[in-house]
Amino acid sequence: MIAELGLALLWMAAALACLSLVAGSLYLRNGKSDLAALVRPASVAQGVLTAAAFAMLIALFVRSDMSVELVARNSHSLKPMLFKVAGAWGNHEGSMLLWLTILGLSGALVAIFEKRLREDTLVATLAAQAALSLGFFAFLLFSSNPFKRLPIAPPDGQGLNPLLQDPGLAFHPPTLYVGYVGLSVAFSFAVGALITREIGPAFARAMRPWVLGSWIFLTLGITAGSYWAYYELGWGGWWFWDPVENVSLIPWLAGAALLHSVSVTATRNALRAWTVMLAVVAFSMSMVGTFIVRSGLLTSVHSFAVDPERGTFLLALMAIYIGGALTLFALRASSVAEGKKFALLSREGSLVINNLLLTTILALVLLGTLYPIVAEAMGEKISVGPPYYNKVAGPLALILCLVMVAGPLLAWRKDDGRKLWSRLPAAILAGSAVLFGLILFGGKVGVLPLLGMTVAGIVAVASLAPLWGRNLRRTPLPTWGMVIAHFGVAVALAGMAAESAFIKERLVAAAPGETVTVDDFTVKFVGVRPIAGPNYTAVEGTLIATTPSGHSFTLRPEARTFPGLMGGAPTETNEAALLTRPGGQLYAVLGQPVTGADGRAARYQLRLWWKPLVWWIWLGGALIAIGAALSLLGRAQLLTLWRSHRARKAEGRYA
Amino acid sequence: MRGWTILLASLVLAAAPAAAQDRLPPAPYAYQQLPDPAQEEKAKALMETLRCLVCQGQSIADSDAPLAGDMRHEVRTKIAAGESPEAIRKWLVARYGNWVSYDPPFDAATALLWLGPLAFLLLGGWLAFGRFRRDAGDAENAP
Repeated sequence: MIAELGLALLWMAAALACLSLVAGSLYLRNGKSDLAALVRPASVAQGVLTAAAFAMLIALFVRSDMSVELVARNSHSLKPMLFKVAGAWGNHEGSMLLWLTILGLSGALVAIFEKRLREDTLVATLAAQAALSLGFFAFLLFSSNPFKRLPIAPPDGQGLNPLLQDPGLAFHPPTLYVGYVGLSVAFSFAVGALITREIGPAFARAMRPWVLGSWIFLTLGITAGSYWAYYELGWGGWWFWDPVENVSLIPWLAGAALLHSVSVTATRNALRAWTVMLAVVAFSMSMVGTFIVRSGLLTSVHSFAVDPERGTFLLALMAIYIGGALTLFALRASSVAEGKKFALLSREGSLVINNLLLTTILALVLLGTLYPIVAEAMGEKISVGPPYYNKVAGPLALILCLVMVAGPLLAWRKDDGRKLWSRLPAAILAGSAVLFGLILFGGKVGVLPLLGMTVAGIVAVASLAPLWGRNLRRTPLPTWGMVIAHFGVAVALAGMAAESAFIKERLVAAAPGETVTVDDFTVKFVGVRPIAGPNYTAVEGTLIATTPSGHSFTLRPEARTFPGLMGGAPTETNEAALLTRPGGQLYAVLGQPVTGADGRAARYQLRLWWKPLVWWIWLGGALIAIGAALSLLGRAQLLTLWRSHRARKAEGRYA
Repeated sequence: MRGWTILLASLVLAAAPAAAQDRLPPAPYAYQQLPDPAQEEKAKALMETLRCLVCQGQSIADSDAPLAGDMRHEVRTKIAAGESPEAIRKWLVARYGNWVSYDPPFDAATALLWLGPLAFLLLGGWLAFGRFRRDAGDAENAP
């Protein structure tokens, strides 16, 4: 029953999306306000029903109902509960339903909370959001039904990819999806504002909290995904410039550019057409990313469905939405004046350079991701990887960081640069201290890490400069948010540069009882023992790491083997053991046994790394998210909105 | 495809006597560093820019696939024998094509890849700074 109910809920939600779209369009055409009154409740109901359908899918996974094809293919009755729940979105159909749920809930939230926009712009926005939902409903219902029953239920399921059976990964997709799909609201706002020609500070202020909100989730999702790759893949890499990572980075870059340009539009009523354009581009990039990952163009743990029909469907949807929005933009762009003018040396000027650099990085990451796919179609097989991105994006990112130093210290409209010059010396002093320190004592360091650490030093000091000479308690939340986020960039940059410059690696085949040294640590390999997990078996190694000051720590890396379910081949994963110290992390992996002369495992491959400051990378990511969250709290005026909502309700009750 | 099957076969053959003598698995340098730190650093830097041909978006420096291990062994052995990293890359590209190198060469097929971002930046800069220049002109003309 649950599956049938879920499917019925989906159809009802799709019908409501249809209603929102039709009623909204008729209202915008004829101006009949009784139709407009339908759009808000229909949007809310659509969001709630889609979420209920998603809850049904989770219930099916929790109950391990193997008569549903999706459950049978992606779950197993012996899996821990967390992964049964996570299995609901760890596959193509479920993840598309999650996508639709977030799309619907975003629309519902806009319908409930957005009071600052003109009525017709809001209706146009909700109609655009409904139009987006409708396409993905069609995709789900016609080509990826998650509730499909099997004619005969198998005794048990096929399980979930063991690599994905990790608590972090249970939360990674929903977080990233909230970010991806949250950008749809900015897209719909842009389309709504283009339709009613209401593009100005009010529109920008209404859109800003949604951009900030989804960008926070994107930041968290990317940071968590990077940490997952770091400890789960067993080689200690934290960013691979893999296409799947790139397509999450691209909307993040667009979101970063958008939330900077939207502040120009909100404060100064400038860059209006550009902000609208970026809002369209940001969600378009989310769709392009979803298409690239889900269509099977790339094979990875992320591409669940390798099915040309679905790929074509997604491609057609994308062409309609992106093409439609861009056409609308082209038709209306001439009527959108660029807005107020400004000098190059001004807050706006620095934000224009920020946007130029961010969009260039976006373009090059997109180019680098698509190039091999297009080249392969034309018969040329090439790879684009870290060397390309380091060479091309690295310098641009460093220049961007330097612009970030100047921007917050410049006034809007026009600036004589006095404030900037008075506060730069301390930052430059910090930067040169880092630079000379590294040259004198750092040994051989590559150019990019060297510059990275120098810029990090400059940014770390300069990012705090907007707070100097201010009453800290009266400083508005968005300013605090900006300072913390910019400081976070410096922290992450320092972590990335230090890790790549000073990493120490030791690969050895060690017998129990032997000691290995890596950097300042003396690591004793005590031995191994077999252990059994809930759905795997493992060999657990015991290592005792001793610091120069005599402190000892125990590390227990595991080599896990997941049995092949339903006749599949067994899968092996490495669980690295991490020792976090103030100066970095010691990373230990237990590798393959090395058989001795008598055929027994006499030695084990050990991989040990000392990674200086590596955890700063994710600390920086977290700081960026916290900064954006503070900014959101300041901008969204959530409390004010809540109070006015309560007041209106109370009014309605007593009227 | 055929290329690496042959290489794999030759590697197994080449490694067989070594395995008999040292009681090590087929590719000794797959999971073992070179004794000279300078050479190891060179090898490591090169390995990070070579694609593991049977993996999904991983370099041979961070893959557990047997082929990646064999390629690591190959790179370390050649570095130890004094070959330059670029010569080794050329040797690998000659066998597997540009697919194996994460550092795409600059040629007719990749000109757009390398020059595209620069063109984008210049075009964007021209559009943006054109605005500033006009503004300056406006300010001068203002009474």
